[in-house]
Formats: sequence, structure tokens, C-alpha cells
Amino acid sequence: MPLDASYTGQSFKSVGTRPLRPDGIDKVTGRAKYGADFNMPGQLVGKILRSPHAHAKIKKIDTSKAEKLAGVKAVLTAADLPDLTEGDSGMFDMLDNCMARTKVLYDGHAVAAVAAVDAATAKQALKLIKVEYEILPHVTDVDEAVKPKAPLVNSKCFTEGVEPKPSKPSNIAKVTEFGHGDVDAGFKDADIVIERNFKTEQSHQGYIEPHACVASVSPDGTGELWVCTQGHFIYRNHCAQLLGMDISKLRVTSSEIGGGFGGKTHIWAEPVALALSRKANRPVKLVMTRDEVFRASGPTSATSIDVKIGVKKDGTITAATSELRFASGPYLSIWAELGAMTSFACYDLKNVRTRGYEVLVNRPKSAAYRAPSAPAAAFAVESVVDEIAQKLGMDPVAFRIKNAAKQGTKSSYGPVYGPIGIGPTLEAAKNHPHMSAPLGPNQGRGMACGFWFNFGGQTCTDINVGIDGTVTLTVGTIDVGGARASLALCVAEELGIPYSQVKAVVADTGTLGHNDMTDGSRGTFSSSMAGIFAARNTIQVLKERAAKMWEIPVADVTWEAGHAKAVGSKYGNLAPLSLKEIAAAAPNTGGPVAGHSEIVADGAGVSFATHICDVEVDPETGRSQIVRYTVIQDAGKAVHPAYVEGQFQGGAAQGIGWALNEEYIYGKDGRLQNPGFLDYRIPVCSDLPMIDTQILEIPNPNHPYGVRGVGETSIVPPLAAIANAMSNAFGVRLTHVPMSPPRVLKALEAKA
Amino acid sequence: MADIHLWGALRPAAGGASVVSIDAKTIRELFRKLEEQYPGMAPHLARGVAVSIDGKIYRDTWDQELTEGAEIYLLPRIPGG
Repeated sequence: MPLDASYTGQSFKSVGTRPLRPDGIDKVTGRAKYGADFNMPGQLVGKILRSPHAHAKIKKIDTSKAEKLAGVKAVLTAADLPDLTEGDSGMFDMLDNCMARTKVLYDGHAVAAVAAVDAATAKQALKLIKVEYEILPHVTDVDEAVKPKAPLVNSKCFTEGVEPKPSKPSNIAKVTEFGHGDVDAGFKDADIVIERNFKTEQSHQGYIEPHACVASVSPDGTGELWVCTQGHFIYRNHCAQLLGMDISKLRVTSSEIGGGFGGKTHIWAEPVALALSRKANRPVKLVMTRDEVFRASGPTSATSIDVKIGVKKDGTITAATSELRFASGPYLSIWAELGAMTSFACYDLKNVRTRGYEVLVNRPKSAAYRAPSAPAAAFAVESVVDEIAQKLGMDPVAFRIKNAAKQGTKSSYGPVYGPIGIGPTLEAAKNHPHMSAPLGPNQGRGMACGFWFNFGGQTCTDINVGIDGTVTLTVGTIDVGGARASLALCVAEELGIPYSQVKAVVADTGTLGHNDMTDGSRGTFSSSMAGIFAARNTIQVLKERAAKMWEIPVADVTWEAGHAKAVGSKYGNLAPLSLKEIAAAAPNTGGPVAGHSEIVADGAGVSFATHICDVEVDPETGRSQIVRYTVIQDAGKAVHPAYVEGQFQGGAAQGIGWALNEEYIYGKDGRLQNPGFLDYRIPVCSDLPMIDTQILEIPNPNHPYGVRGVGETSIVPPLAAIANAMSNAFGVRLTHVPMSPPRVLKALEAKA
Repeated sequence: MADIHLWGALRPAAGGASVVSIDAKTIRELFRKLEEQYPGMAPHLARGVAVSIDGKIYRDTWDQELTEGAEIYLLPRIPGG
């Protein structure tokens, strides 16, 4: 049966409703099992020793005293994790990040690990490990790192992407460029040119659940890993490769997840837990402390971005450029490249050039963070766009509508756009009551647009019909925000049965085919498509079984509203057979009824959003309060509107925190000064207003129900929307995120 | 022959060209011929390259046909959050 991903334009019974989530009761009553909630008989406690230095050679590690401590069952260094990466530099970087080999590259880099009978013994053992370091000069600031005399993070780093290849190493790992037209000519045509530098500080995803796993490796070479992750199949593959295990012999189960936002798409300590278990021949539980989470996992890049935009007096942008320097930690990454791709994606530009620089620094490896790189790029671009509108005396929404990308626009990163949603989100903003609501004293209103790619990927699902006619949907993408409910809704829709008859579960790696990481806003997009296809395959089986029950040709059976129907006047006396009736007869019509699907879900479609923000600034303290916030975004088709709204609100909340308070603060010694939630301040409920949402539904032509990813784009506009609101509140443009009270106060005092 | 547009990081491997012409019917054939004709692209292809065909981005469907006259861009195979 051919499986057609094209949008069907059908009317829906289940999709678009708001049933309760299947994991809700377990989560609010504490029954749900997160990473640290799993235990195995005889398990040990794993702990990791981390470098106190930002950059140092490891001259010697003496583990002898720790090994002799009673209760210690294994001590591990890089020597226990031989390099099996066979020249794959990306895999080698993962290995080196999990356990430093010759040098430590940031404060918090792992140098050794222990497994002991309890946490107290493991901590005591860490203190007995003696590491002899030769401290090296370090660099943590992205602009300092690109200077010619900056300390080298990696002496073998020669800049990729430039011709001729450099003869000297530097901290610029890669340069990349996008764009088209003649920007020099475009700037000559401009009546106004504005050029600014913007900085965003490093922020963490701030997931409340720390990284946690339980690893068990048997002497026969098989292993199990219970872990909090956004992608247990990828974790399995990476861990197996780094440990020299057969992929099929490592079974990985994903726990419930207490937030990931990209930070749980990378392996951090899981290979260490597996190696400890292999060495100790006991299960090992390893849970990071919050200090470790901050120092050694997952922050997004700190950035420094130059933006230049030229415009005619009539409001037409004539040219635009951006130079984006993204700190990637000590390893080559792709974050500046993504910033370069996304920075001008909202606009229809004849002349545009973006250039990204991946910069090595002595900070933890930068990781993906919800629409990675796009928020920083949008902060810079949308701030200049807003300033130009102010200079022209144009309404900021009207200025953006005039220059917005549309179907047929050549995007700033290359391809020509198909149907896109930036125009409709701007029109919705223009007409939204928020835009004309009165403002109070010391308040300002700002707005900004955002873009993210979205993607699909390898996806596999199973459907199994029980003897009672209830349906189990088995998926391999994890549930980060209500996906099990959304996916069950899609399968219920396709089968024509009630939502309550479908139960969605997340399978372990031993019971389902490969699924890519749950990232790129792909969970509902990809697994719903695969689920719909699996349902169609199940319907084919159900029709065959009905044909057997009726003793008629299957060609004479159709499927409508959850029932098999015999077609033709000669079958006039045959009552339709429900799914439940066919399921009950399954043992004598061929056995279990099931459907399967494995796909590559391409065609996710790009995503746009427009946000409106009101901010109130206290002129005495510089403290800012968001008093009203509205998110307008295209969802394609909102499968479960409440969870779509939740994604819109969650992204905005994270963006607000990043904009106003969150930042990694490093001392001159290269050590992180604020690795805890007291000093690294994420927003709490009292910091946020109720975030209003408006869902637009412009169907994605590449999904049967028109679904687009919705998880990431909503974090893109807040930084700029808030900066623009502050500019309107007190007439000063802030160019450094976070716009924390000290920075705001300084700006206010400078203005006075 | 199809015109294949390259993003900045690939251009040094093609002698600085922003567009190269390749006779290929599918993405798989395109990648094979790119690697044959421009060996410097091999590390990029190994790291992951996506193909935009008339604006639709393909990350893994290497059987996808390159239709006559289509606009084809190579793009980084991006990660998400």
C-alpha cells in the first residue's frame, strides 16, 4: 500500500481536541520514573572527578589510594576508555569530552571516575585521586579568543572553510558564509545604514532534572542503560561505539524527561557509567549534581555579532550583513553556521551576506538549545530592524511586513521559499488587540520575529491491536511535552476510533527500529506521520480479517469510521464490523493484528513566529518586569492545541529568562562563578505574566494532516522583543544580553 | 547536468566556486560524484549534508530524484534542540 505524506485536507474528529495527557496522573503524583528513579540490585554509586582548571596538561593521575579504599569497586581514567573512534573526529571529541585524555579544556572537564558502594565512599575516593596538572593560559571570552595572540585551546586547529588553508593554528575552527547579491552596491543605494555589535552571554537550558543514568554491563558483553535522554537510540549507538560494544547488545531505555531543550541530545557521562559498570561488574548509578550540570553539560554559545543593514527612505532594505562569532567550547561545532543561516531568514533581501565563525574557548562544549543559535542571531538582527523603523518613523510591524519573506523569496541561506507563515504572523500581530492596548508609566512595547528550520528524520512506529480492540501505539521518539497524547490522537483519527481506545508508549531500543534524536521540533511531526502510516497498514490487515470473517474478497471491503464495510448491493445484509469485533476474532483469522511503519520524515517545513512584549522598567533599580506577552506562531495543524500553546509559552518563558537574567559568569581564573540556581537565575512564576498565544494553522503540504513542528521557534523572538520594548520604554537600546538590572541601570544612568 | 549551489564552507573544496555542475539523477548519485570530482568535500559529506530541492529540504532521503531544472542547494545537516 503506497503511503502518501501529502496533506489530505480532511476534517477531524480527534485531532484538534484537548484530552488529558496519559502521563499526567503519574507525573503529578510522583509515580513517573525519571532518570534517577530507577534502581538495580547491587548497584554502585558513580561519581566523577572534574578539573578545577580552565586549561591544563594532565601530567599524572595517581589513583592508587582511591583503589585501596574499602568500598571502592572501580576507578576509571581515560586509560580505561581507549580511542576506538577510528579517525572520526566528531566521535573523538565526544570521547574526550566524557573523559579528558591529555589536557583538560575547561573548568569541570572530567578527569577520573569512581564506583563505590555508597555516595560517601565515592566522594571520599575522589578526594584520594591525585592529579598533577601543568596549568596553561586560558581564554573564555569569544572576542578575546579570536585575537591573534590569544591562548590556543587546540594547537592543531587550523581554520576550515578558508582558502588558502592557514599555516598557523588559531581558535577559529571554521568559517562559513551564506548570501547572495552585491552587498556593497546595496549599501551604496541605502539612505540610512545602521551597524551595531551585539553580545549574548552563555546560557544553560536549565532543565530541572539533572543528567542521570543506571548502567549495567555483564561479563558476556551485553549491557543495559536506563537514562534520561532526548534520544536513546543515538545514545545507544554512540555509547556502543565508544566502548567497543555491539549495538544490538546494548539495550537503552529512556526515562521520563524533566526537560532537555537540546541539552540531552549529547552524551555526557553515560559512557563513563557503562565503563565503570564493566570494570566493577556491578550496575552503576550516576547522577550529576547541579554544579556538574552547569560546569560540564550543555550551555549554549556565548556570542558576539555585528549586524549592518541599509535601507531606502521608503522602508525598503537594500543590503544586510552579519558577522557572527559563536563560542563552541573546546571542540568544533556548527553553532555559528546555524546563526549565519537563520539571521536574516525572515526577510526578502536582494543583497545579503552572513558569515559565521566557530570559536574555540575554554568553556564546556556548547550544546544545542531550542532552535540553536537562532535567538542570538535574531536578537542582533531584530534590534537593528527595529532601530531602522524608529529612524524612519515607520510602524515596526508595517516595516517588517514591507520587507518580509514570502512564497518565492530567495532565502538568505539559499533556497527559494515555498508557502511560509511570516506574513500571516505579522498580519495577526498588526490586528492583535495587544498592539493597541494602553501602556502604563515606565512601560514600553516591543515586537520581533523569529525563524527556525524544523526537520524530521528516521522514525519507526508499531501499532498492536489487543484482543479487546484497544490499541497500543509504540514510538521511539521521547515525550517532551505531551507527545504521547498528540500521537495517540493522530492514530485514533486515522483508525476512526476514540482517543481513549489508544495508548501510546515509548519503546526501548531493543523493541523498535531506530529512531533519530527527538530534536528539531520533530517529535510530533515525524512520529505522527509514521503513526498514521502504521495505522493505514493496520487498516489493511483489519480489512483482510473482515473479508475472512465474511468470506468475501478483500477488494470488496472498505474502512470507514472505525468499521469494515462490505461494498456492493450483494452484501446489503452484512452489518459493518467494528475494530473491536475484528480484534476479538483475530486468533482464528490469522493471529495478532498489527501495523508497522519505518520512514524518513523529510518535509518538515520552516517555521516563523511574531512576538509582542510589554515591559516595565524600574528606573531606580533597573529591574524589569514583563507585564504582557503574546506569541503568534504557525503550527500547520495543532494536533493537541493545549500542548501547542504549552510549547509556545515554554519557549517564550525560556527566552524571557535568557533576555533578562541568565548568564554564565567566569572569573579571571577561568572558573565558573555561578553554577547553581541561586546565582544563575531562571524565571520563576512571579517573574512571568500569563503568556497569551495565537495559533495560526497554515497546513504543511508534506504531512497528511498538515502538521508542522512547534517546539523551538518560540524561543527565538523574545530576546529582541524585550530589547525593543526596553528601547521604547526609556529610549536606550541595550545590545548586551542578559539585560539584567545592573546593565539596565548602567544604561539608564548613561542616558541621564 | 544540474547546477548545485554550495554554501560557504564547501566552496574551498571546489576551488572557490559557489556553483558546480553535476550530472546526477538522485541525491545518492550527486554525493558520489561530488566526492569523486571534489575529494575535499568528503569530510563535509561524512559530517552530514542536506539537499534542498526546490525549497524542500532532504536530510536522509538519498533516493530522492533531482528533477530537471530544479533549484538545488547543499546545506549543512543541522541539529536541533
